[in-house]
Amino acid sequence: MILEISAGDTAWVLTAAALVLLMTPGLAFFYGGMVRAKSVLNMIMMSFISMGTIGVLWVLFGYSMSFGDSLGFEVGATSDGGVTYFGLLGNPFQFAGLQGLMSPDSVAGTIPTLAFVAFQACFAIIAAALVSGAIADRASFGGWTLFTILWGVLVYFPVAGWVFSFDGMTAEHGGWIANWLGALDFAGGTAIHINAGISALALALVLGPRIGFGTKPMRPHNMTLVMLGAGLLWFGWFGFNAGSAVAANTAASVAWVNTMVATSAAMLAWLLVEKLRDGHPTSLGAASGVVAGLVAITPAAGSVSPIGAIFVGAIAGVACAYAVGLKYKLGYDDSLDVVGVHFVGGMAGTLLIGLFADPDSPAGVAGLFYGGGLDQLWRQAVGAFAVMIYAFVVSYLIALLIKKTIGWRISPADELSGIDLAEHSEAGYDLSPVYYTNKVQRTLVLTKDDLDEAAKTGASK
Amino acid sequence: MKLVTAIIQPEMLETVQKALVRHGVGGMTISEVSGYGRQRGHVEVYRGEEYTIDFITKVRLEVLVDDDEAEALTGVIVQAARSGQVGDGKVWIVPVDTIVRVRTGESGSTAI
Repeated sequence: MILEISAGDTAWVLTAAALVLLMTPGLAFFYGGMVRAKSVLNMIMMSFISMGTIGVLWVLFGYSMSFGDSLGFEVGATSDGGVTYFGLLGNPFQFAGLQGLMSPDSVAGTIPTLAFVAFQACFAIIAAALVSGAIADRASFGGWTLFTILWGVLVYFPVAGWVFSFDGMTAEHGGWIANWLGALDFAGGTAIHINAGISALALALVLGPRIGFGTKPMRPHNMTLVMLGAGLLWFGWFGFNAGSAVAANTAASVAWVNTMVATSAAMLAWLLVEKLRDGHPTSLGAASGVVAGLVAITPAAGSVSPIGAIFVGAIAGVACAYAVGLKYKLGYDDSLDVVGVHFVGGMAGTLLIGLFADPDSPAGVAGLFYGGGLDQLWRQAVGAFAVMIYAFVVSYLIALLIKKTIGWRISPADELSGIDLAEHSEAGYDLSPVYYTNKVQRTLVLTKDDLDEAAKTGASK
Repeated sequence: MKLVTAIIQPEMLETVQKALVRHGVGGMTISEVSGYGRQRGHVEVYRGEEYTIDFITKVRLEVLVDDDEAEALTGVIVQAARSGQVGDGKVWIVPVDTIVRVRTGESGSTAI
């Protein structure tokens, strides 16, 4: 089959890829503003390092593990005329180093394969970065860096293949969730958000809580930075969702509108919960509601109507606003609510497809409320719970491995005085003029002349 | 010479400053401080969880004056800073041994 490359589709996917990459710095600001001032740089760096490690791994063999010809086995089909092949893992060697993909003949759908490689690379990067929110203020940077590598290879690359690799798009056999099961996940509710959210829970459990968690308020130090990050995430998310149509077409446009309106509804819902429960609609609540809505509509962007999207967003907004309080009751320190927002929001969006899927939408599937019965709902549930269990178990084992080898936690003294200085030798805000009066030095460095002078006057005693 | 130190509500700073300037005070130093007295702290709600905040933000204001002006100045501050609510702050006077103006080397009352 010879496929034409569409200039319009290619232009949109390349643009969308850049938008998705911008989400990671956006996430860094969103997370960075939420921690205390002494940890802002470490929080930002945990996102940025993912652009390093995952970016390189993706080119080396990550893409191939996700989108190479899937290794698996034959089983019975789950639907009429359905797929009988159960694809588990892309062949890591097939496209290692992206070999053979630079040819003009190499296409994925209507775009050059490398445009698809670029787009999916940014998904892998932000998925890993999302996890970091659960371990704010206390994780050694080396431990986290190693985690991004192991998590990418053992968790994200396989799961992305299950969900995003459609038969015949980049290889003959794709992943089992997309093809054999037929669960709908437009842009990554399972592969990204359930995956990262439940992995974040595993990390929070292995690392343990921050010193003072639950007894001392750990309020965001810079809400303006959080709002800036939330804005950049929303902006970038149009690339994430509308770009997932992998074409400049109706499906992309539907996804765009759904991404806007679900997010609007989720923000309103979260603020309403806060106003009624706590008395004040907070800016942190608005930012969190925005992200909850974006997460929830991610899997559903191509399969619900805009009115359905309002329901998906509003339900997720309420669910997540209550879910973020669970960590205090259950005692796990998911510092920046990755579990409460990404896992719960991703789960809500993925399952709600089974109820709100509209046969007139690009996906063309009817959910329970549109007369489709329970067929789509169980497919969604199997996909969601399979990813949840796999990601939790493997992430927990990776986290334990790091704990037993190089170790996770910085020393209590470093944690109390601030991880930025301890791990990065920098401070986020050098606002005091005192630091600049001599050279930019926090510790007075005495030269030999100074010491001689001091010895002469007896000052050193 | 005396040092008059006042701990006041941050929102009262402008009123107190105006009153002091009208009284003829030529300079003062302020700093943002945190503390608590009878007002104690307050309860804040964050993500639905309640926390007690012990230390409340206040402004510390310091003025150097001659011995015979200290009492009157204290009266001016107390009057200007009073809202009648718990948490209005305190003013105290301590003796000062020496004052030197760095630029000229003058010392004593002329350095105020």
